Amino acid sequence: MKRHLLSASDLSYEDAVLILDTAEELAKLVDGPVKKLPTLRGRTVVNLFYEDSTRTRISFEAAAKRLSADVINFTAKGSSVSKGESLKDTALTLQAMGADAVIVRHSASGAAHQLAASGWIAGSVINAGDGTHEHPSQALLDAFTMRRHLRDSKGDLAGVRVTIVGDVLHSRVARSNVLLLATLGAEVTLVAPPTLMPFGVEQWPCEISYDLDRVLPRTEALMMLRVQGERMNNAFFPSMREYSRGYGLDDKRASALSPEAIVMHPGPMNRGLEISAGAADGLRSVIVEQVANGVSVRMAILYLLLGGASIEEVSL
Amino acid sequence: MSGYLLRGVSVLGEDRVDVLIDGGIISEVSKKPLAPTGVRTIDCDGLIAMPGLVDLHTHLREPGREDSETVESGSAAAALGGFAAIHAMANTNPVADTAGVVEQVYRLGREAGWCDVRPVGAVTVGLQGTQLAELAAMAHSAARVRVFSDDGTCVADPILMRRALEYVKAFDGVIAQHAQEPRLTEDAQMNEGFVSSQLGLRGWPAVAEESIISRDVLLAEHVGSRLHVCHVSTAGSVEIVRWAKSRGVMVTAEVTPHHLLLTDELARSYDPRYKVNPPLRRDEDVQALRQGLADGTIDAVATDHAPHPLEDKECEWSSAAFGMIGLQSALSVVQTAMIETGLMTWAEVSDRMSTRPARIGSLRDHGRPIAVGEPAHVVLLDPRGKSVFTLEGNASKSRNSPFLGMELHGRIEATFLRGRATVLDGKLAG
Repeated sequence: MKRHLLSASDLSYEDAVLILDTAEELAKLVDGPVKKLPTLRGRTVVNLFYEDSTRTRISFEAAAKRLSADVINFTAKGSSVSKGESLKDTALTLQAMGADAVIVRHSASGAAHQLAASGWIAGSVINAGDGTHEHPSQALLDAFTMRRHLRDSKGDLAGVRVTIVGDVLHSRVARSNVLLLATLGAEVTLVAPPTLMPFGVEQWPCEISYDLDRVLPRTEALMMLRVQGERMNNAFFPSMREYSRGYGLDDKRASALSPEAIVMHPGPMNRGLEISAGAADGLRSVIVEQVANGVSVRMAILYLLLGGASIEEVSL
Repeated sequence: MSGYLLRGVSVLGEDRVDVLIDGGIISEVSKKPLAPTGVRTIDCDGLIAMPGLVDLHTHLREPGREDSETVESGSAAAALGGFAAIHAMANTNPVADTAGVVEQVYRLGREAGWCDVRPVGAVTVGLQGTQLAELAAMAHSAARVRVFSDDGTCVADPILMRRALEYVKAFDGVIAQHAQEPRLTEDAQMNEGFVSSQLGLRGWPAVAEESIISRDVLLAEHVGSRLHVCHVSTAGSVEIVRWAKSRGVMVTAEVTPHHLLLTDELARSYDPRYKVNPPLRRDEDVQALRQGLADGTIDAVATDHAPHPLEDKECEWSSAAFGMIGLQSALSVVQTAMIETGLMTWAEVSDRMSTRPARIGSLRDHGRPIAVGEPAHVVLLDPRGKSVFTLEGNASKSRNSPFLGMELHGRIEATFLRGRATVLDGKLAG
């Protein structure tokens, strides 16, 4: 495995399956009598968050703490253009503190790449969401969740039909998912109005559709993306209601899904816009479970990147 | 010793001759060895002589951003790059939109003495795109401005563009348009394409350039004016310019060295050295630009030398400044992209980097052939040499070059400005 996790494309098939398998093992361990593993004792993990994201930050924090790492939360407001410290100065500060891993969330696409490539930081860099680029740990927890429900927690996702719906253009979750799901062999269909499809999406390793209703019946995992209402100010769609009518998961659409299908959402949800309350809280919904799985998957990422003591060793 | 004898030099890649430079002019060209006295002889075995290069597009940052470049440092870099004349863009602070500012830049250029610095005047007051600047005052000033541009921003308002094109006819001026439809490029970061979508960087679509060029060539045709298109970067733009020329529109176009060699794939590094406006495009565009330059559709290579301080490049891509320095690497990049590929001869390189840009900029004293009686603006280069562009050799105050550390073809040995060596042995001679 590479030293950093910047993009879902950094992961080979073997890496991806190893992370999912490791996450399963770690989940079992912390569900047992030992809540906390000593594997990363004495290691320092920094949460460097330039964007507010309580859920991702807490998830990484919980993961690091369950592995006994020391966690420093560094909330940086603003980027180098606005007032405040430059990315470089922040990175040098963290390096001086001896960070073994830096988990970075940033509004600028590529910020994690720059931290990793700059030489400013010696430790591992984990991309926790950079602009409209990628969010690989989210894709891993999504894959983990799909594998649990659709593949009995084993192997890959070969042939699983995944539909991702919504603002693909601005979604780092969609980008990471398309890459990782292709690695794991799933069949992905992106559904969005044409205005919210990225340029050149035909070349991505997935299908595209503008018709949600046609795709729903064959979908095994349905992932709804958050849509920001302010997008309509840039003419991406005429109104929130029109968007919702065409691409929202309402109760009627949810009932068109097969009974075994799962409904996912990376959160935070706009209930009533891209997903109805009924669908979000319905039987097929695994949205809350995604959050729980996030901790296991992030434990696996930290564990594997930082090369902690072996699981067998610590579980003795 | 005031003069120079260029012993056995190949003018534009032709048979060897002896060229005598004396009194600011080329005083003799001979196939037989010359033996003048009181001049310095330069052994030109293997060297090519071309007329001193002319750049239509340089940002010197003075006045206002002397931390990134000054007229002195920028024109020194130009001399090292083989340039005898450069056009200093207007987007300084204050903007070069009055006779006072252009005269200041002109005077600073003369004081530095590395090459002729010709200020470009802004088309609109403060580059704001709302009111014409006093174009005639700049044209009639000591700086004798002939090229007007709001470069950095586009003269997007069609009526303002039309008026500007018409107005400068009175003094044989030309409007150099930075073709960028503003609404289509809001917060744009790189070429819109497969790569930008993968990287999650806001796209700068080719159509934003091509739609403005289309409009402008039609306007130029309608009012019978001269139009110059800055830094053409897409295959579609080349097609439009080719079509306009075939209709007899008085349009000229330039391409930058970096657009002849680099593609948007480089953005995958998120290294802001590759962030430039217009952005690096696809390989198909690079090939079309080379073809367009070779067949003369594109008239000139222009550097768009755009210095920025380190802190404006050592940051997140989306926060970083657009632009690359390029004066010192220009000729090597052109050799790599056009000569080594067999697309152009040295005579054609000279045409695109000296003769035609001088004509576009109305510089009567530049872009002249190497012939008896002509002004002695000459660049000597060793085409077999290789050079690595390094920080030590960089005369610019900025270091934002995509070519740093890259080995390129060709090495500039000397540059002469009116018979005076500004560069000798590849170093500033002053």
